Amino acid sequence: MRNLYPQYGGVRAVLRSLGALACALLTSACHQNDASTESTRVPGGDPERGRLLTQQYQCAACHYIPKVQGVNGDAGPSLEYMGRLSYIAGSIPNQPDNMIRFLQNPPAVKPGILMPALGISEDEARDMAAFMYTLR
Amino acid sequence: MTTAMGELQSVLHPAGADAAIVHQFSWVLFVGGAIIFVAVMALLALGMRREAHPVRPKLWIFGAGIAFPVLVLTALLTWSTWRSAELAPQTSHKALTISVTGKMWWWEVRYRDPASGREIVSANEIHIPVGESVYLGLTASDVIHSLWVPSLAGKRDMIPGRVTGLNLRADKPGVYRGQCAEYCGEQHARMAFHVIALPRPEFDAWLARQGAPAIAPDTTVLQRGRDAFLAHSCQTCHTIRGVTDTGNNLQQQIADISRRGPDLTHVGSRRTIGAGTLNNHRGTLAGWIADPQAIKPGVFMPPSHDMDGETLRALATYLEHLK
Repeated sequence: MRNLYPQYGGVRAVLRSLGALACALLTSACHQNDASTESTRVPGGDPERGRLLTQQYQCAACHYIPKVQGVNGDAGPSLEYMGRLSYIAGSIPNQPDNMIRFLQNPPAVKPGILMPALGISEDEARDMAAFMYTLR
Repeated sequence: MTTAMGELQSVLHPAGADAAIVHQFSWVLFVGGAIIFVAVMALLALGMRREAHPVRPKLWIFGAGIAFPVLVLTALLTWSTWRSAELAPQTSHKALTISVTGKMWWWEVRYRDPASGREIVSANEIHIPVGESVYLGLTASDVIHSLWVPSLAGKRDMIPGRVTGLNLRADKPGVYRGQCAEYCGEQHARMAFHVIALPRPEFDAWLARQGAPAIAPDTTVLQRGRDAFLAHSCQTCHTIRGVTDTGNNLQQQIADISRRGPDLTHVGSRRTIGAGTLNNHRGTLAGWIADPQAIKPGVFMPPSHDMDGETLRALATYLEHLK
């Protein structure tokens, strides 16, 4: 390509290298963020197994869940950003222990809720909770 | 789930004699066609070489252009006619008869109770005894559908106002997925069913269970679910034998025939809901009842956004319990 503004050649080179540096910083920051949330928030939980369980229980019949195949129903709220919400079901603090208890028996944690207990075991709930915290 | 479904429905894995014949036809055509195509392309490449030898046109026109196709096509016609004659005759004679009605977008399945002669109505699952000839009497109540179970047989159209027929025979027990093969509207893609082939004693036991009225609710949650079913007028479209009975026999029959949705007497015993759309458990049942339009847009069932949590969960639990 013909250089239209030769007098700005030096400035452009500096800007380009600054841009590249910024990109590299952002990328590394993102990776760090992902790693810390996935490994520390739910001890013993396997997010990939949780994703498959979420698919198997067909949670997507009522929820929109990225990375999960299904019909993406709307009887329940979208779980697109479940990992960064402050509350589960609008009122329960979003912490791993609460999430695990909620997944096993939602009406016991929040009476009157539409979501039924599906007979999910504690181990399954732990993996599913780990997956929930990857939705950010 | 997707891989499991993919394995279930396959033209490449025949499980019945008729499907095996169709499968053999397909492979002979694929392989034969590929060999001829490769040979023609090889000849073309030879002919386009710069130093190609001159050919004898008469030999190629009469030999490869006329004699070869006549021989190959005659052989294929003879062979396919002979093999087609081995397909099972399409008849209800000496066959167990099951009637299947295509509806937008599900399948109504009716069996004849051998003891009482009464009809047993179910949906989206066709149970058959293994190794026996089964005749499916097919029709449709709204638009043209087509029934296709690739592992067992070819397709057969279901036409409103006419009865067509298809003979099935499964040689080994198993679950074979089928689907509608004629575009029938918005949810054509979510109009699937399963053929479940069982050994004869298991089939008889299954049919006897299906013939019985719905299991009575024995806990407060289940009773609450049944009451919710009636309070929300679900019986306008759905039959539950033993619950929606009116007492008057004729009135009863008219109501059972004219109801729009599937019979739910033993809905909990089925593998899927929404004609193969979702696995069947209380979670998906609750989601479906709350808003079927989000799961399968265009179905006739309206959403129940006004139902409170306790009621919805009780109703879903009750339906799941109807094994």
